[in-house]
Amino acid sequence: MSTVHTPMAADALSESHHPTAPQHREVKYAARKACVFYGEKQALFDVDLDIPLKEVTALIGPSGCGKSTFLRCLNRMNDTIPICRVTGDIKLDGTDIYSKAIDVVHLRARVGMVFQKPNPFPKSIFDNIAYGPRIHGIARDKTHLDEIVQTSLEKAGLWAEVKDRLAEPGTGLSGGQQQRLCIARCVAVQPEVILMDEPCSALDPIATAKIEELIDELRENYTIVIVTHSMQQAARVSQRTAFFHLGELVECGDTEQVFTNPQDDRTQGYITGRFG
Amino acid sequence: MTDAVATEPSPTLDSANGGLDDGTLASARVAAGLSKRYAAERRFRLYGIIAVLFALSCLTLLFSTIIGNGYSAFTQTMVALDVSLYPQDIDPNNTKDSTQALVDRMKAKGAALDMDLHKIDNRHAKDALAKADTSTVIELATGSPLGVGSPELLAWMKDHAIRESSDEKATRGLLIEYLGEQASAYRRTLQTANYQALINQSILDLFPEVSGRRDKRAVRNMVSPGATFLIRNMVLDDPGLVGKRLTVEVPMSDDLDMLNKGHIRADVAESDRRVSDKEIDWFTRLKDRGIVESQFNVGFFTHGDSREPELAGILGAVMGSIYTMMVTLALSFPLAVGAAIYLEEFAPKNKWTQLIEVNINNLAAVPSIVFGLLGLAVFLNVFGLPRSAPVVGGMVLALMTLPTIIIAARAALKAVPPSIREAAYGLGASPLQVVFHHVLPLSMPGILTGTIIGMAQALGETAPLLMIGMVAFVVDIPGGPLDPATVMPVQIYLWADSPERAFVERTSAAIMVLLGFLVLMNAFAVVLRKRFERRW
Repeated sequence: MSTVHTPMAADALSESHHPTAPQHREVKYAARKACVFYGEKQALFDVDLDIPLKEVTALIGPSGCGKSTFLRCLNRMNDTIPICRVTGDIKLDGTDIYSKAIDVVHLRARVGMVFQKPNPFPKSIFDNIAYGPRIHGIARDKTHLDEIVQTSLEKAGLWAEVKDRLAEPGTGLSGGQQQRLCIARCVAVQPEVILMDEPCSALDPIATAKIEELIDELRENYTIVIVTHSMQQAARVSQRTAFFHLGELVECGDTEQVFTNPQDDRTQGYITGRFG
Repeated sequence: MTDAVATEPSPTLDSANGGLDDGTLASARVAAGLSKRYAAERRFRLYGIIAVLFALSCLTLLFSTIIGNGYSAFTQTMVALDVSLYPQDIDPNNTKDSTQALVDRMKAKGAALDMDLHKIDNRHAKDALAKADTSTVIELATGSPLGVGSPELLAWMKDHAIRESSDEKATRGLLIEYLGEQASAYRRTLQTANYQALINQSILDLFPEVSGRRDKRAVRNMVSPGATFLIRNMVLDDPGLVGKRLTVEVPMSDDLDMLNKGHIRADVAESDRRVSDKEIDWFTRLKDRGIVESQFNVGFFTHGDSREPELAGILGAVMGSIYTMMVTLALSFPLAVGAAIYLEEFAPKNKWTQLIEVNINNLAAVPSIVFGLLGLAVFLNVFGLPRSAPVVGGMVLALMTLPTIIIAARAALKAVPPSIREAAYGLGASPLQVVFHHVLPLSMPGILTGTIIGMAQALGETAPLLMIGMVAFVVDIPGGPLDPATVMPVQIYLWADSPERAFVERTSAAIMVLLGFLVLMNAFAVVLRKRFERRW
């Protein structure tokens, strides 16, 4: 695979855009000159990044580098922070998600999100999954809703474990199960993209392995963007990797290439553990 | 510092981290300070225990005082009187017989008049006559061909310049009117009869030797004036009692009640007590006859207020409090929760919302009488709402309760973990759905806690209600939020202000009822809160 691209050095930001994904890949998300400000402070500087369809893109970088901020731009979760301001273009299937043509509720139905800490609703397992389909009116009737709940739990690999206790509260599950419940909840809305913000950071290695396996399966049908602190995880689950540093996108490429032959010194330094 | 630690050389502790400037080891210093730290902790625990014990003893003192003062109000000294209900005293004009004769004839002719004479009205009479046919009606009206006739009816017709006619409809109307009029006359007679005289006679009969106006009056006053109403209501319930001699237990006057309960002592000088030696003697004789009895004071829970302590009851104030609280809750809860949701979830954080926030917090600290003045100036004078009405009291108290609930609700909303909000937003819930599906139900226990604090405060509030006239002397039990009423704390205040000794125990008893009401209200809120906690 030829994935030649120029690393985005700070002094090269004003240059013309470098497509970060090769032409043969279908692009789901395209960010151009995306900047994020928290009040006066700029958290993200002119990020140009393409996210390919039905692949796993990992965002890595040291703490505070802006990777989570970027992730939260993709479904406009930053809208909930009043002082947060986003400039530049972020296009989903060619439409700017910050334009008036996009309704934020609709956007979030298309782009699901899984958070760092498992956050099931304090309701039954069934209601957790059924909540999204209910508010969006996805289910035709009760049987259809049951079906959605079952397929979602199956996709999240949780069905076998919870099928007999759907009425029990979702908060009573173990941490790993809760996170898979959150993934199932997200899948139940039938999104196109799933954003994952360090989904395994609160889990033990076994639960992590399960989630990683799950991500690999979900890649079949969904475009996945995952923020992770674990470089091993990025290497294991992703096809594309983007390295952020101090609010800049330093380097982006095929995972193999980024980890074996990084183009930028900072990337090199981070993945070899010299800083971060 | 202990030697064991100090003499044990440890390379890591001797390094820059473990060794201190003066050469002692950090761990040795920690060890030296430990006993001091634990002593401080023990001291603090002791203070806490002392504080708890002190609070408990104060509470015990309070409750024992209230209960000790008030428990005797739950009994009432009654005297069993033999009252003869002579018909000539109650119904001197014999209204009954003439009407009864007509009713009996109607019954004989198949009219369905099964009720007491004094309760008959035009509608009943009409219904009763509906089945009778023409000839029966005419027969009833004219009395023929029975022959006995109905001289009263004929006289009445003559008085009203009504002629006998054979027209059925007119006669029917005539009969109904006549019957209704007679029945209401009988009702009036029963209501206005001089029962007091009967009771006076009955009590004087017990003391045949008493003579002289003054002594006779004293004997009469041994029985509460409420006895009259008691007997009247008995007769109105069952006019069949007229002509009978019955034994009625009537409340004794409050002074004798106090004497019986030991609150007025016989061993003080006669001039220093409200009951004279003679009265004590009479009372003792009644007691010796075995007709004086201490009974559970039902009237305290079923009557409204009264100037006579032995007749005064708390029900009017309880109903007033219930209506007031209902209005307060209905107004303040939705408004406060709405305001809290807006301020917490939707309002932009700017100078204006900050100003509003500061004002709401200050509002919670405004003296309650100011709210009363506002109620007087705005609700009564500008809007012209009724004075002394629970609806206005409820509105004023709602103003007072609002800030309390708003502050509690905002705190509860803030305490909902952001992860729940994020989860819902991430699924594409709209802000309103996030609030109503997740945030509000999760914060409901906290909101309910704030509400119950506010409501408990409002229940005990007196000052603002004085301003809007809820301090009035209201005897009737309010039938709705628009009727004049008082509330429990105002009733307590009014009774505490009354000079009669018997009101002292009633005041304490009313406090007990108020506290019981409060406990009931809190229990309800706790149950509600538990329910929300279970569901979520």
